[in-house]
Amino acid sequence: MNSLIHARGLIKRFEGFTAVDGIDVDVRAGEAFGFLGPNGAGKSSTMRMIGCVSPPTDGVLEILGMDPRRDGPRIRARLGVCPQLDNLDPELTVRENLTTYARFFGIPRKVARARATELLDFVRLSERADSKVEPLSGGMKRRLTIARALVNEPDLVLLDEPTTGLDPQARHLVWERLFRLKQQGVTLVLTTHYMDEAEQLCDRLVVMDGGRIVAQGSPRALIEEHSTREVVELRFATDDQGTYAEKLAGIGERAEVLPDRILLYVADGDDALAEVHRRSLSPASALVRRSSLEDVFLHLTGRTLVD
Amino acid sequence: MAPSLYVMEYYLVNYRRTWRASVLSSLVLPLLTMLGFGVGVGAYVTGGVEGVSYLQWMVPGLIASTAVQGAIGETTWPVISSFQWVKNYFAQAAAPLRVADILGGHLVFMLFRVVTSVAAFLLVAALFGALRSPWSPAVLPIAVLLALAAGAPVAAYTASVSSDSYLAVLMRFAVLPMSLFSGVFFPVESLPAVLRWIAYALPLWHGVDLSRAATLGLAPGPEAVWQVLYLMVWGVAGWFLAHWRYRSRLVI
Repeated sequence: MNSLIHARGLIKRFEGFTAVDGIDVDVRAGEAFGFLGPNGAGKSSTMRMIGCVSPPTDGVLEILGMDPRRDGPRIRARLGVCPQLDNLDPELTVRENLTTYARFFGIPRKVARARATELLDFVRLSERADSKVEPLSGGMKRRLTIARALVNEPDLVLLDEPTTGLDPQARHLVWERLFRLKQQGVTLVLTTHYMDEAEQLCDRLVVMDGGRIVAQGSPRALIEEHSTREVVELRFATDDQGTYAEKLAGIGERAEVLPDRILLYVADGDDALAEVHRRSLSPASALVRRSSLEDVFLHLTGRTLVD
Repeated sequence: MAPSLYVMEYYLVNYRRTWRASVLSSLVLPLLTMLGFGVGVGAYVTGGVEGVSYLQWMVPGLIASTAVQGAIGETTWPVISSFQWVKNYFAQAAAPLRVADILGGHLVFMLFRVVTSVAAFLLVAALFGALRSPWSPAVLPIAVLLALAAGAPVAAYTASVSSDSYLAVLMRFAVLPMSLFSGVFFPVESLPAVLRWIAYALPLWHGVDLSRAATLGLAPGPEAVWQVLYLMVWGVAGWFLAHWRYRSRLVI
């Protein structure tokens, strides 16, 4: 068995709409794998199927070599799940949240207590071990949820938008902890719509849109395949950036006109900027930067707001 | 079975914080009852009921009613919270528990609450001389059966509603009338036929009747077997309904 997750033509249909529309995925042991996509792309539905709490409508799905339709509890015994919305018990203490959850896996009380102490240290919550969950900050709750997902020493950890809604400090701490897990050889599967998160954590990822996979590969490969090496962002002092689009024609691979600026996708930003100036155009501001996963993402899934 | 005990353990850990208040109130309620109904109202019912004092007649009914209140108390707001507010059912569903373990664990905890409060009631009633028969402890298994017969279908109902205002509807239009017209405070024979048949259809009256036989030491007739079976039907049907409703919420 070389894939922890193996999906072929995986479909999830709800009454009236198809959330996941035939995806193929393989996640190998030890890698960090990401599902990217805008809201409604089908990421969470996919995660729920992998978490064996949502039976696939059609297609092949094997988790840890087993069939979720038949072996749900056996698979879940080896998964760690960090859901999108924390479902900790606010009335219990931080420690009790871990020990009671460990019991659901049949872990003996003594082992559960030892593991809780260890995990609270890992997520830097030892000092709050005996306080209730309710007054904790969002970042602390998320770290506790991650600790709870590790209580059964899982082979596969599923994280659904692990840092959504956290402030920058809290996000960086979560990333750092997840990176540590990855170094320890834990297989991570996460969904996110933060491109920096995907670039930081994922060895491989798929971009989903409308229930389908529209691109896949390592962050670097995706950038190389779907964007140029660099991007030049130009702002002209006008209400209609579009009037400059023609004058920029032919520079770089493609140009994108936004309400407030024009993006030029180019191989070499400085060369492109020199060409802009040679055409006697003087933008109010000009920025040369490397292409990011965000450019890939917006290129593939569009700029239209999805709610 | 073991996994549902793990789930029950979770509720016990939660309960540890409030058990003192809970035990106190399960002693205070029967005490107030003895004084208010036994001494107060009982003083007006000078002839007794069916040959025994009003207190002795009413206590088994009230114990059965306490079992039902406890069962419904634990399968209404706590269930909606487990789905919507704390969402602990969803956390449990992500662990290697099956729907039956999640539902079963909560119901076992509900039975634990019911048995402790019924036991407290029995104790207080015994001290007040309101129990007439050595068969009185049989009230405990009757309470378990009755609590399942009432609690399981209510859990199914709660799992089916979207907001807790539906629980208020249940309390007002089902639980309160059932408590009033199930022979707890006066014999169902004094009800008009329609209401009497409603009482026979609902679970509480059967539990009241069986408990009364136990504490008054009346030999149970063959109809007692049917009453036990009837309560089992409520419990088993309620279990399957609740399992179906829980499944449709937890596995989607």
